[in-house]
Amino acid sequence: MALEPAITDLEQLKSHPAIAKLIAWNPAAVQAAKFDRDEISIYIERSLIRDACELLRDEADCPFNYLADVTCVDWFPSEPRFEVIYHLLSITKKERVRLKVRLDGSSPALDSVTPVWPGANYFEREVYDLFGVRFAGHPYLRRLLMPEDWEGYPLRKDYPVEGYR
Amino acid sequence: MAHLSPTPALEPGQDRTMILNMGPHHPSTHGVLRLILEIDGENIVRIMPDIGYLHTGIEKTCEAKFYQQVVPLTDRIDYLCPLTNNLCYVLAVEKLLGLEIPPKAQWMRVMLNELTRINSHLVWLGTHALDIGAMTVFLYCFREREDILRLFEMVSGQRMMTSYFRIGGLALEPPLGFSEKVRDFAKRFPSKVDEYENLLTGNPIWGMRTKGVARITAEDAIALGASGPTLRGSGVDFDLRRDMPYSSYDKFKFKVPVSQDGDVFARYACRVAEMRESIAIVQQAVDGMPEGAIKAVAPKVVLPDREMMKTQMEALIYHFKIITEGFAVPAGEVYQAVESPRGEMGYYVVSDGTAKPYRVHMRAACLANLQALPSMCQGRLLADVVAAIGSIDIVLGEIDR
Repeated sequence: MALEPAITDLEQLKSHPAIAKLIAWNPAAVQAAKFDRDEISIYIERSLIRDACELLRDEADCPFNYLADVTCVDWFPSEPRFEVIYHLLSITKKERVRLKVRLDGSSPALDSVTPVWPGANYFEREVYDLFGVRFAGHPYLRRLLMPEDWEGYPLRKDYPVEGYR
Repeated sequence: MAHLSPTPALEPGQDRTMILNMGPHHPSTHGVLRLILEIDGENIVRIMPDIGYLHTGIEKTCEAKFYQQVVPLTDRIDYLCPLTNNLCYVLAVEKLLGLEIPPKAQWMRVMLNELTRINSHLVWLGTHALDIGAMTVFLYCFREREDILRLFEMVSGQRMMTSYFRIGGLALEPPLGFSEKVRDFAKRFPSKVDEYENLLTGNPIWGMRTKGVARITAEDAIALGASGPTLRGSGVDFDLRRDMPYSSYDKFKFKVPVSQDGDVFARYACRVAEMRESIAIVQQAVDGMPEGAIKAVAPKVVLPDREMMKTQMEALIYHFKIITEGFAVPAGEVYQAVESPRGEMGYYVVSDGTAKPYRVHMRAACLANLQALPSMCQGRLLADVVAAIGSIDIVLGEIDR
């Protein structure tokens, strides 16, 4: 089982139902896409993530109705620094899709998807807690795992593994 | 969906209600879960879980370790199903590497995973019944759990923190007589499940404490990201083992138990039926166990056998390199999900092409399931909270990581 090279050409990937749906809705929503190791990733324009999630959730043919996970990767020191990652699952079609939003390091913020899936609540709080990414419209954006008075965001790459002593 | 809106900060409001603090040191919160309850007499007005007491920063620690050094850390996340964590992590890294795993290793993984599921469900059943007042079941469940832990010890040398699955296969060849022991257990176990059911299923007190309690609808369960028996108890027929098979689960025959009621009893019925299915899978695995190697052919990734190291220079060199430098994993990212006893356990591993993972994220099934607790308990009695917590089967180690 040798590794196939990743496909990053958007033209080749346009036939994927999620990408086709998003492009038909708003061509500016899809910035890029990647198909690697049998998994599809779609880069979404930052301001459109909530609407894109709602569109994919309510799609008739292949509804990605289940939000499995929200997480973040810090690509410090390169810019855009943060990638917020959404793993969507279609319970009926048994398919997954990964949405990504790139964020700048200066004041990372994007729309919350809690109005689309109430289950995003804890996941987004965790990302805020550990990365310092703010979610606009989140009903209760407080630290989840770390103590309330903790300083800094532990999962950022410029935060030492042993912590500050 | 109004009741699904996340609970705001609780402050004492009208004169009728009071704030009650439950946990973090409470025997029925299964670990260090703290619940802040606003109650009106015996009725729950609002409920807010407070977590993080067991946060150990495992995700951060992983970024400082070689890929193979992460395996023992995964045991410690969900300490009731260490082998499921091992499996999910090694599958993710194997997918990153593009490794082909020999059939015997895959079947051993399936067999041990199903034993882990039974083990975890036994702890759940015992403690859940204990919480709502049925003492005897606890002793019965831990009797059988001991047998499973002995099997784990036999195969890996450890009762709980097994670390038996390695990237590329298994750590060791299973010892002589192991399959006989498993066969023996698989023969005995179904009658033990009958024993538990005799104590509980038809018991009127058990029925009154569980039937119609802490209901959640299928739509709410999906919207809140619930998975596993919490989702199937509400009538959603979805199981990753059957619907998105991994590690050759597609070669096994089993049913996915689903209940429609969405209450505590439905989730109980789901898990008990799952134990019966799991033991059937164990039986199939041990009967049809393929012969052959237990490790993939990838000398740069998989540690060589001890015997080879004594006779072959190459093997010694590879061993030294893997231990001291690790092995580089091609850049990329993978999300691997498996059906853990609690639901969808997912590992998101990002590689930047070096020997240490750039990012490891664990999708904790319990974290999402716990979000369903407030909407389950709203407007119900205080005593039902204990039944509801037991029914979603939380492990705080996994929630807090």
